[in-house]
Formats: sequence, C-alpha cells, structure tokens
Amino acid sequence: MASINPAAQSIESRRLVGANGSTEAVTARESVAAVSISDLRKSYGDLDAVDGLSFDIKQGEIFALLGPNGAGKTTTLEILEGYRKRDSGEVNVLGFDPQHDADSIKPLIGVMLQSGGIYPSVTPFELLDLLRNFYPNARKPEELLELVGLADSAGTHYRHLSGGQQRRLALAAAIVGRPKLLFLDEPTSAMDPQARRATWDLIEDQRNQGTTIILTTHFMEEAERLADRIAIMDHGRLLTLEEPATLRRNGGSTVRFSSPASIEPAELEQLSSAVSVRSTGQGQYIIETENPIVLLDELTTWARTKDILIDDLRAGHETLEDVFLRLTGHQVRE
Amino acid sequence: MQPLIAQTKMEIRLTMRRFEAVLITMIVPVILLIFFGLIGLAPDDYSRPIDFLLPSMLVLAVMSTGLVGLSIRTAYERSYGVLKRLGSTPLSRSNLLLAKVNSVILVTLGQIVVLILIATLGFGWRPEGNLLLAGLVLVIGTATFAGLGLLLAGVLRAETTLAAANTLYIFLLLFGGIIWPADRLPGGISFIGELLPSAAFSTAMREILANGETAVTPIIILSLWGIAGIILASRTFRWE
Repeated sequence: MASINPAAQSIESRRLVGANGSTEAVTARESVAAVSISDLRKSYGDLDAVDGLSFDIKQGEIFALLGPNGAGKTTTLEILEGYRKRDSGEVNVLGFDPQHDADSIKPLIGVMLQSGGIYPSVTPFELLDLLRNFYPNARKPEELLELVGLADSAGTHYRHLSGGQQRRLALAAAIVGRPKLLFLDEPTSAMDPQARRATWDLIEDQRNQGTTIILTTHFMEEAERLADRIAIMDHGRLLTLEEPATLRRNGGSTVRFSSPASIEPAELEQLSSAVSVRSTGQGQYIIETENPIVLLDELTTWARTKDILIDDLRAGHETLEDVFLRLTGHQVRE
Repeated sequence: MQPLIAQTKMEIRLTMRRFEAVLITMIVPVILLIFFGLIGLAPDDYSRPIDFLLPSMLVLAVMSTGLVGLSIRTAYERSYGVLKRLGSTPLSRSNLLLAKVNSVILVTLGQIVVLILIATLGFGWRPEGNLLLAGLVLVIGTATFAGLGLLLAGVLRAETTLAAANTLYIFLLLFGGIIWPADRLPGGISFIGELLPSAAFSTAMREILANGETAVTPIIILSLWGIAGIILASRTFRWE
C-alpha cells in the first residue's frame, strides 16, 4: 500500500489515524469521499422529497445534516443506507451504489434509527450478542456495554430501559461491527444532559478512530460541538454546506433581545440601521444590521421613549440557530 | 451458518418470551387432547378416540406456533422497526426467514414430544404406520404454516395480523379438519374444508399413523399450500 507520508499529518488528517495508528489506510482513504451524492431525486407522488441534492462527505468527518421536519433528511439517509430506491441521480457509498450493491455496503455501515429498531423483550447483552454474529470483526458485548454506560443494565429488557438508555443501546448496536460509516439519526434525543455529553465524547471517539459519521439532530449545540461540516437542507434541496464557524461568520451582525411586551417587527424595522427583523416567538427578537453599535443606541432610545422593557440584550454574529432560521424560515423544533 | 444459528436462537428466545403466546400454543392442544381423550369423543369409525385426537392436536400445535405465533411476532417486529434495523445488517433476508421457520420447527418439536408422551402414557397410543413418513409430513406441515404466517405478516398491519391470525385459527380449528374431520362436514362445506391446509395436514397424519396408508393426495395438497405460502411470503416480505 501507499507509504507513510509525513506531509499528510496535518491537523485535519490526524483525526483520521486509527487507534492502532494505521496511517497507510488513512493516506489511501483521504483522496476518496466516503459518500458522494450527485443530483439525487426522489419523489412520493406529487411531493419531491429530495429534489436535486448534491454533496460529498469526506472520509473521517462528522457531517451534520440539518433541516426542518419534512426537509428530506430521512429520505436522503434511507437512500444512502439502501432502504429506498432513488428516482434519479448518482449515489456512491464507500465505493458502492446502495441500490445495487447493498450486500457489499451492509458490513461496512452502522445504523442508528431515529427510534425503535430493537426487540422490546430482549436485554442489551442479548441484542449485542446477536448482532456480533453478523460482522466479521465485531466488538464484544461487554466492551460495548461499558462504552455506552449500560453495564449495570445489561440484563434489563429493552422496554424497561429509560428513553436515554434505549438510545445508548441503539448507539452501541450501531457500532458493533466497527463500521467505516456510521448513520446517527438524532442520536441524543431523550437523553439527559449528562448522558448527552458522554455520548458526544463517544461519537467523537468513533470519528477519531477513523469512522465517518453522518448525523441528523435537532440540537444546534450538538451540531456545533460535533460536526466538522454542517449541511442545511429544506424542500429536498441543499441550502448551505460549511464548517460551523464559517457558517456563523458568513451571517451578518445581529442585535438580539427579548421582551415581555409584544412588539410588531415592522415597528423595529423603522430603526434606521436595522436591515431586517425577525421574531423567533417566545418574545425573542433578532435584528440584522450592518452597524450594531448604532443600532444598539437607536434601540435603547426607542425602548426608553416607548417605555418597553428590554431583557437579555446581545450584539454579535448569528448563532447556528439564527442561520438555520434565516435559511429555512423555520424553527429548529416545530 | 453463524448468522443463521444466532438468529435462530434469538427467534426461539423470542417465541418463548411471549408468555401469552406460549400459553396458547403449548397449553391449548394439551388440554384439548386430555379433555377429548377422557370423554372419548371421536368420529364413528375410529375405534380408539386417541387415533383421531393425537394427529388433530399435533396439527393444532403446529398451526398455533407457525400461523398464529409467528405471524403476530413478525408483524410486531416490523412495527417496532426491528426488521428495518436488521435490514441494515449483513443478515440476509433468506437467513432471517429461515431462522424464523427453524424456530417454529424446533419449538413445535418440543410440543410434539409432549403430546406424544401424553397420548402414549395416558391413552395407550401406539403408532402403526410409517413413522418416517409421518415425521416428513410434520416438517412439511410446519414449514407450510410458518410460510402462511409470514405471508400474513407480510401483507397485513400488525393489529390486523393479530386479528386475522386468531380468526383463521378458530376457522381452521372448526372447518379445517382438526376438531372434526372435514369430509364429515355438511354439503359444500366439506369440499372446501378438505382443501384447507390443516385438513390436508391432519388427514395425512391420521391416514399414516392410524391406518398405515401413504396419504398421497393430502400430502400433495399440503405441499402445494406450502410451496405457495413460502414463495408468496418471501415475495411479500418487507423490512419495514
């Protein structure tokens, strides 16, 4: 295979090196995308669920796919996983076409469904002990249970586990076969904050060991913390695909505040340095501006004359949530 | 082989873990065998009621494990997303279906042993025909009802499967030659009854075990059901 190339040891590629330090595999893999989608289309009757979608997922990155409900995320994932047939377009997953070579892809991927997928009357140990038989070089159940913090619940029937424990078992089940590509559909839903953070560490570990991860989530914090790149889609189309920091930097400056008074956005738009105004509901207002300092001055003056209480006033770049809202016109959760 | 064996073990475990299903599949044929054996009820030309009853209850046991138990279990696995999840693993669809059929055959084997023990020890039953042929028919019958169960689960929703499987169970129990020979049913019903898989199955078992015949016609009818059931089941099987 390829020789070890010291120049390839950039910060980006360091992540790709497996726990065993297998650099040669890394050098070979870097050149090819793990997943490649080009002009993908899929409709259900009149509805174009995926409408000309194109993007690549790089080897060894965590790729977050965001979008409001019905944006086409699940359909896209299910086409990649081999569950659905596409209407047209090109799809390549780890060198194979999922529609025709599903059997070649299955040993290489791990799938965590959005919900369910596990026998209710089976214990975590029994499930993992079953799945290990399907993969050539599987992880041991004991090791996985330890990894996801379920060692104490190894003998509890799935239906009696808490929501967060069920998600952790689904995650363990997804990595039994040491997948090269991991599909995580809302991996930390139903988890408490502590379990969520532990799960983030675990997902990062998988990435650091060389696994490519495609992730959907409703938690912007999760996408910002984990994702190397974030794709936002709506109506079956890609709206943007950037690194999280770039995504936020590209957005304009904003001034945001909350107020117990109900304010018409049109009223705020009359402030001379406001470019646009959005209300996120729950009494939150975001004003886009080219000159935040002047706007702050105008806003506070306006509020004082109108005798309106302003709370939690902040100026800065857009948050990921703002970007999402601006691009899709939707709340992250609906 | 390793995936098939592992999945078969899981299927057996799942069968045994559904208590209410185990109850109906295990206990009902045993109770009926003992009840009708004790009151000695059987059609006229059976000198010993057990010669009629045992084949009936073997068929009933196979039917409840294969048709009822398997169809309901599979339909709920689909609605829980378990089949979808398994569909993303390297476990092939044929291995999954085969594991399910295997589990039905193995669980049924246990029931058969229990029923034969009760018949032998309690009611003095002795086999007279070709036991090898009887065993073969049991395997064909088990595969047939497993196929029909998977077919039901393939075409119906979980709740509908539950209702349909239980209705079919009662229907076949009454009109399908189990509690009463299909050829003794009145008029046109008897003709239809005799073509049902349970009637072909139980007639074949009775003719082989009680009369020492080869039961060619019922074995052919049963096999046709089996082939049709298994082909349709694998065609209609969906992961989700």
